[in-house]
Amino acid sequence: MKTAVVVFPGSNCDQDAVKAAGAVSGGSAVTVWHKDSALPAGTDLVILPGGFSYGDYLRSGAMAANSAIMNAVIEFANKGGLVLGICNGFQILTESRLLPGALLQNDCQHFVCKPVTLRVERADLPFTLDYKKDEIVTIPIAHGEGRYYVDPEGLKVLEGEGRVAFRYCDACGNITAESNPNGALNNIAGIVNERGNVLGLMPHPERYSEDLLGGSDGAKFWTSVKKWLEGGRR
Amino acid sequence: MNYKDAGLRESEYLSLKETLGREPNDLELRIMGVMWSEHCSYKSTRPLLKKLPKEGKYVVLGPGENAGIIDGGAGVGIAFKVESHNHPSAVAPYQGAATGVGGIIRDIIALGARPVASLDGLFFGSVNSPVHDGVVKGVGGYGNCIGVPTIGGKTYYDPTYEGNPLVNAMNIGTVKVDKIVSSQTAKPGQAVVILGSKTGRDGIAGAAFASTELKDNTKESRPSIQIGDPFVEKLLTEACLEMRDEGLFVSMQDMGAAGILSSSSEVAAKSGVGMTIDFDKVPLRAEGMEPWEIALSESQERMLLIVEDAKMPEVFRIAEKWGLDATEIGRTEEGDHYRIYWKGKIAADVPATTIGSDCPVIPWPAERPDLETRWNKEVTIDAPSDPGKALLGLLSDSNLHCKEDIYVQYDSMVQTNTVVGPGSPVCAFRVTESGRICAVSMEADPWGCELDPERATANLVARSCRVLSVAGAVPAGLTNCLNFPSPEKPKHFWVLSHSVEGMAAACKALDCPVVSGNVSLYNETSVTAILPTPLLGVVGMVEAPAILKSGSWKEGDLLFLAGLNTPTLAASVYQRHYGHDFAGRPLPFDAEKEKAFNAGALAVAQAQAAHSARPVIGGGLLTAVAKEAIDSGVGVTLDDKNYTAAELFGEGATVAVYAVPADKAEAFRSCWKNVPVEQIGVVGGESLKLGSATLATVAELNSAFRK
Repeated sequence: MKTAVVVFPGSNCDQDAVKAAGAVSGGSAVTVWHKDSALPAGTDLVILPGGFSYGDYLRSGAMAANSAIMNAVIEFANKGGLVLGICNGFQILTESRLLPGALLQNDCQHFVCKPVTLRVERADLPFTLDYKKDEIVTIPIAHGEGRYYVDPEGLKVLEGEGRVAFRYCDACGNITAESNPNGALNNIAGIVNERGNVLGLMPHPERYSEDLLGGSDGAKFWTSVKKWLEGGRR
Repeated sequence: MNYKDAGLRESEYLSLKETLGREPNDLELRIMGVMWSEHCSYKSTRPLLKKLPKEGKYVVLGPGENAGIIDGGAGVGIAFKVESHNHPSAVAPYQGAATGVGGIIRDIIALGARPVASLDGLFFGSVNSPVHDGVVKGVGGYGNCIGVPTIGGKTYYDPTYEGNPLVNAMNIGTVKVDKIVSSQTAKPGQAVVILGSKTGRDGIAGAAFASTELKDNTKESRPSIQIGDPFVEKLLTEACLEMRDEGLFVSMQDMGAAGILSSSSEVAAKSGVGMTIDFDKVPLRAEGMEPWEIALSESQERMLLIVEDAKMPEVFRIAEKWGLDATEIGRTEEGDHYRIYWKGKIAADVPATTIGSDCPVIPWPAERPDLETRWNKEVTIDAPSDPGKALLGLLSDSNLHCKEDIYVQYDSMVQTNTVVGPGSPVCAFRVTESGRICAVSMEADPWGCELDPERATANLVARSCRVLSVAGAVPAGLTNCLNFPSPEKPKHFWVLSHSVEGMAAACKALDCPVVSGNVSLYNETSVTAILPTPLLGVVGMVEAPAILKSGSWKEGDLLFLAGLNTPTLAASVYQRHYGHDFAGRPLPFDAEKEKAFNAGALAVAQAQAAHSARPVIGGGLLTAVAKEAIDSGVGVTLDDKNYTAAELFGEGATVAVYAVPADKAEAFRSCWKNVPVEQIGVVGGESLKLGSATLATVAELNSAFRK
């Protein structure tokens, strides 16, 4: 499994993604500079990492969405390549229209960093094969602008097509207002594109990929992709 | 311009005039006014600070550079320092706090270290203080964006901080010992390069501003406030570390207080070279800047590099990669002249050594305040007689209450090395280069220091070392931020002096050298002076197989108290909460007792003989037990031992509570030599019970602690 993590100016979770994806999958994980125009040959998974690309100037993710490497990422995605956007990476995916909607300021009006419980809504994606549907997992969030929003029509499409991959939930798996850390519509924490190869989520699976750091529920992202690739599906 | 307007004292002016052999010009007066300000020169405290021990078996780099470094094992140094940004935060809370974080991060980068963790020590008048939320947002805004986790800290409340909040930012970095960068290694004939942001009119003479009391009308101080851009600092970090890896500079210095002037003259003075700086070459972002403004601007996110000519093309290449300006603004030379050119002419010419190190010390008079009256004063305690109710009241006190509302706003996990984050007695991170765990404590006790600065500061050192030992870490070095009021008042200066004496004695006795620090004086408004507030950060490597955490009780564990529980209510949260005052005398510092305790604590962690441990600090024994119960989500039944209020809620004793699995009880006991150990209860159930009496359910404790 070859992972390419894109580094924009201001990315700050790029090395975390390299470490987690590389260590858990046992494959290679390298960084790609935003000014590059091509992904490394043989890339299986592209990660758009968390951070503050371009200092969040203009809008979170807006400048990064227009950088040189994104043309290659979009082309890769359109051919069915796996693209995972985490936090700021999710914001970049919506800004570049690979995923619908937008991430708005948290309804509490401030940055929130803490582990949250999520309900797995889709366990059949390349990124989630090792989870079970409706499994409750704990993965941290760390963002000021993570309130998922999409227009009513778009929401109907997302829900109708089952494209919500993760929702914020309480410890028992109930989707409640109290368990929603940012006011996201329908407690949406992560969504996937129609084809199922582009996933964006606000929580950081790379942060809970080893028990020493508090939990390892995020590690299944990397084992899932590995399993999916080994199954010959690419 | 008059020397007084430049902030110089008459004796300083005369000394300067004598050194130059002529009348200093306006620019030279302004330069010296800032460089000899308290903030830059430590002229009030230098003789005091000399008393602090600097040597120790783990010290790689002591005071004198931008931060200290201790040996983290496996060839990795742990660089750390704490610094205040109090005055700016009083005037502009968000920017003041944000640039405090940014400034200390640059100090760490200047050593060639990668910043890996931040802590913040905050002191406010109350939770409703108008600067409270702005400061918290500023700390988070900078740290979160730059991608350095804020893994711990302390927040305290006292009315004396209203109008003069304290914002102490600590940063820790890691560096391979053979890659440490110095600011003292410039040689003649090298390029002086400014890397990073353009120079503007922000933060002009902030160092001078920090060296006087706060004025009532703080709006006038606004031009002294720096504006931070963490995005640029992130780029600066990566560029500097990339240049370090490629060996592109011979020396580096961050630009903090007094900007270009301070950084360049310090490099010149410490390296023993002369220097010429051409202000016409400095990239500016404001029109019509005067030379003194360029010299003293505290525009953020700039570093000064000393580069050999042959390496300049590579410096430019890496700067361009990260989208940063890199400009040669001067040259190092033989000799001791520090010269500034402006419009082709010499605008200032002062010996580098005069700017950098020759500032005259001020021997402020000291007068002992009347401590006896404070020691003998009776405080009437109006606490509920039921210890459960008293405990619930204490847990809701802002000084003990859960600080989650604050630390949830900080990214505590980025870099994926945080092993113990905020909300625990110590925090800890994994060192990427070695895989080892480094633990960090941050402590302060302003109330104790008000009552007896020498004892309380010594005890603070002991407490800092104790919390690390309990976690299984060996204290290796200490950084301090000495926040005090004006030294010009004899009683204040006496308190400051005796606080440092206490620190020096305890650091020596416990073999915990001071490797870095910062002094912030003049912390007072027209209404009041702050309490004496030395803040300590201690760093140590975990020597045990694993860090011993708090808040991890298991049903059936035996609860032990290690150490002799003979605390005092003097300055305790209990006394302040229920007596609305504080009085009495803190306990004396007892080095032998501390050493015996720390040895036992390290042995327990080494033997992995406990599930959980918590030092007894604020709120006393019962609060420590309650916090363990809350964090573990399980109750406890304490044996009823007819505890006095002091035994339940007093502070200052050298004790900790341990949850020990029954089959390890003997191993646990055998770890302690010359330290009394006593089983005080059994973990289990859903309540905190004292004998048969239920003091509170864990849910009630949790609710008092968090809501």
